[in-house]
Amino acid sequence: MASNPMYQFNVYRIGPEIKLGSVDISFTNASLFMVISSLAILIIFNLGAKKKTLIPDKLQLLSELSYSFVAKMISDTAGSKAKPYFSFIFSLFMFVLFCNMFGMIPYAFTVTSHIIVTFVLAAFIFVGVTIIGFMKHGLGYLKLFVPSGVPMVLLPLIVIIEIISYLSRPISLSVRLFANMMAGHTMMKVFGGFVISLGIVGGWLPLSFSVALTGLEILVAFLQAYVFAILTCIYLNDALNLHH
Amino acid sequence: MLKKIVILLFVTCFACFNTVFAAESGGMPQLNPEFWISQIFWLIITFGILFIVLTKVILPKISDNLETRKSQILENIETADKQKEESQKKIDEYEKIILDSKLKAKSYFNEAREKILDDINKKRAALEKDLDEEIGEVEKELSDLKNKSGEKINKIAAETSAELIKELIGEEVNSSSIAAIVEDQSKIKRERKDV
Repeated sequence: MASNPMYQFNVYRIGPEIKLGSVDISFTNASLFMVISSLAILIIFNLGAKKKTLIPDKLQLLSELSYSFVAKMISDTAGSKAKPYFSFIFSLFMFVLFCNMFGMIPYAFTVTSHIIVTFVLAAFIFVGVTIIGFMKHGLGYLKLFVPSGVPMVLLPLIVIIEIISYLSRPISLSVRLFANMMAGHTMMKVFGGFVISLGIVGGWLPLSFSVALTGLEILVAFLQAYVFAILTCIYLNDALNLHH
Repeated sequence: MLKKIVILLFVTCFACFNTVFAAESGGMPQLNPEFWISQIFWLIITFGILFIVLTKVILPKISDNLETRKSQILENIETADKQKEESQKKIDEYEKIILDSKLKAKSYFNEAREKILDDINKKRAALEKDLDEEIGEVEKELSDLKNKSGEKINKIAAETSAELIKELIGEEVNSSSIAAIVEDQSKIKRERKDV
């Protein structure tokens, strides 16, 4: 079964079965990599934040650059009103980025290649943004579905389309990340399988493909984390600054 | 070569699709709900802890650090600007002083030169005047002397000849005739000398 490219996405129990009532919440390999990613983030950024020197060392520079990168991303897309949500978006970006990157290590598990994980994150963002929108603007937030300058005849249609697009946000957000990660890892597994099956004679071509794909996948891992974070910022922007 | 690569690519793609479709029949582990609750549970725990620790502990530190660096750099830039201004001022002053002293030196030099030139000219003029005067006098004297010497010589010669004749003969001879003779004699002598 190990040659099956989907085998890498299997979730299995590590250690004993833990049950909360009738619900199975056992520690799995997915949980393990969530813990590893979170710990890695905490360790790296804690070390980076520890020293307070005028000229930063490598870890400090890394953490400070990430900080200003995310801060700039938020202020560019959502403006200064989004500052209270900085730490959430920073955690989100770093969590998705580290999960993606840890997935690039051979034999590692990619947490974000599971639709349930990305969907929970996206749904949380969706619910949170909707709540923020209603808290800031009250029922006026519903104006989001009524764009200005649209002829009255077209208005019902437009409103329906807007509502559908709004409701499909968590799905598109989660499926984008999940599908990207899954497709990339499947492709790499398939090409890796070709290297073995074609042997020393014909294995060079898929091997070179595999090398190129690894670079591409690292790019995708970063890019998808970035897209996830920036879309969150854009949704937040809609909720904070009602432009319609 | 290119043909070969294209064919190989085609075969690879075909094989790839075949494998993926074969895998599809096995089903996607993502859609197996067995561990969904577990994943959600652990996601909430890990992400929650990550979020809380980052928010409460780490991010404020980084932000503080960035803030202090920013303010320090701004301060340093300010001081640097101030010092630059000061040094610019000093340079200006220095240049002004140099320019002034250069002008002064030039004027001193010119003054001294003019003074010396004036002096020289004055002295030279005085000297030339003196010299001219003296030369004129001397020339006048010379010409006087020249003019007078012929007559005097003749006169002396005539007187001497008259005295001589008086001594020799014992009587006086008409002086004018003696003078005429002396003149004739001196003329002859001169002509001889010239020859």
